[in-house]
Amino acid sequence: MTFKVLNTGLLTTIQDLGRPGYFHLGIPISGAMDRLSLRAANLLVGNDEGAAALETVFMGPQLEFEKDAMVAVTGAELPPRVDGEEKPTWTAFKVKAGQVLSFDYLREGARAYIAISGGITTDVYLGSRSTYAIGALGGYEGRALAVGDMVPFGDNGKVKEGRSLEASLRRMPGNPAELRVLPGLYWRLITEEAGRNFFDDEWKVAPEADRMGVRFRGGRPMTFQEREQPFGAGSDPSNIVDGCYSYGSIQVPGGTEPIVLHRDAVSGGGYFTLGAVISADMDLIGQLQPHTPTRFVKVDMEQALAARKERKAQLARIEEALKHQ
Amino acid sequence: MKTRYSFGGDEHIFVEMDEEMSLDAFFKSLSMTSAVREAEIDGVTEVCPANASFQVKFDPDRIKPDDMLAELKALEHTAESAEKRLNTRIVEFPVYYRDPWTHETLMRFRDRHQDPSGSDLDYAARINGFNTIDEFITAHHSAPWFVSMVGFVSGLPFLYQLVERKKQLEVPKYVRPRTDTPKQTVGYGGCFSCIYSVRGAGGYQMFGITPVTIFDPKQVTSYLRDFLVFFKPGDLVKFTPISREEYDATLAEVQANRYTPRIAEVEFDLEAFNADMDGFNKKLMGALNDV
Repeated sequence: MTFKVLNTGLLTTIQDLGRPGYFHLGIPISGAMDRLSLRAANLLVGNDEGAAALETVFMGPQLEFEKDAMVAVTGAELPPRVDGEEKPTWTAFKVKAGQVLSFDYLREGARAYIAISGGITTDVYLGSRSTYAIGALGGYEGRALAVGDMVPFGDNGKVKEGRSLEASLRRMPGNPAELRVLPGLYWRLITEEAGRNFFDDEWKVAPEADRMGVRFRGGRPMTFQEREQPFGAGSDPSNIVDGCYSYGSIQVPGGTEPIVLHRDAVSGGGYFTLGAVISADMDLIGQLQPHTPTRFVKVDMEQALAARKERKAQLARIEEALKHQ
Repeated sequence: MKTRYSFGGDEHIFVEMDEEMSLDAFFKSLSMTSAVREAEIDGVTEVCPANASFQVKFDPDRIKPDDMLAELKALEHTAESAEKRLNTRIVEFPVYYRDPWTHETLMRFRDRHQDPSGSDLDYAARINGFNTIDEFITAHHSAPWFVSMVGFVSGLPFLYQLVERKKQLEVPKYVRPRTDTPKQTVGYGGCFSCIYSVRGAGGYQMFGITPVTIFDPKQVTSYLRDFLVFFKPGDLVKFTPISREEYDATLAEVQANRYTPRIAEVEFDLEAFNADMDGFNKKLMGALNDV
């Protein structure tokens, strides 16, 4: 059984919780940029939390269903419609065979997750259905959805319409957005002043924001510690001997515009990194709209682990809330 | 050489064997990453080796970051006793230097380059003290290369030239990375050459293009049926300059799944190489020419 893509929206891809294990070949984990929202959407329709669903950015697709399904839309506030009738977000609703699921305009956030009961059942590639478009693998023929695609999904009739998650169980970036950063990696290459400015300045999300990474601009250019460049790095002070990049790591080519690597990260490169956004805040990056004012907030490992614990507790609260519905 | 450890967020530890590039640092990193894999430390999810460093991804819910760090430090001695010898292969890669596609791309991103007035090759030749681009290109393909890292995107190899340090070519990366690079561009950044496996973003200077596919997720390319990625660390590469006609002919062969890269099995021994680089390279080339 399938749904047919009548309109793709801006960019709609199949994502699950990703494809770990191949980063040493330059194949990143991929998967939903906002993993908590993906999990919530799946749980709402009775799927395994890691089932494959759709990730759509800024503008939703139009999908015609060939059979009945339960659907839930989470993440960005992108109100769904069934044959034109508005449905609530963060709530399971029914789409009947022959009906069309479409979306109103974006109210908040950037990426919505559309889970369908039974999950999307395209072929698993290297352990995941996630689309990695740069490597032309996973998802639907290794690419974002196109008009006319017939996307297969499974079957489960377990849940009731109307299961819902209240607003306190959702998580969106504030305004200004705050991203917590653990300084490290090549932090020592910049001056103390540049380090202070990085945390003091207000940055804005640049239009160059995709699944590989999000660029920021607007802060003061960075100054570097005086040093002789090590052999093999290249002469620019922001150059290093190419090494591995962490997910969430922040590189600043030429010392001007920080780029935070995300789920489709390059696995390494030759620009210095000054630390990484903590794992608990990676989901928030997936919901940043261009031009959103953003502050980087310095934390230590203890705070990073506490934030990680809190995010886990939130997932447990979501699971608990759905047990009784 | 002093090993440096740093956390990359709460899920990664980055280990730098040396700030500068050398094959010595590469072999130390290789030994230590092998030791980490063999140790099967609970909570380690990925081990990624790089040119002179490596990174371990771990699950902090399973192992505390400080304990993970201690586990790695306890393995540091394995880097000191690294075996600097490999049974490997040397592969010939034809390169069409100064091709029209990378030229069109580099012209589109001139505002992100150190020297917007010329091409990437003009700039690289000049800052490396060559009088002409031809001399620079000759230096780029006359000695073989060592794959010291696979990564960035989908199986992209980083290559380190097998020549003494004073003959190494070195260029900075673009001031701001490009958002586009043609597939199979032969690039250069720091002391490394690379082959871009897929089209996409990139910061390396662009010198030419190879018709030989190195990444194929469909696994239909004749020599990629067993695995989608061609390169692994330790592979050796010889670049051979080709003309437009040769490029077109080879590309057609690759696309028809009929191309067979020229490959010879060889041993790489760092001590023997350091003792006599020219002699060692001649032996490598001899093995390749006998195929």
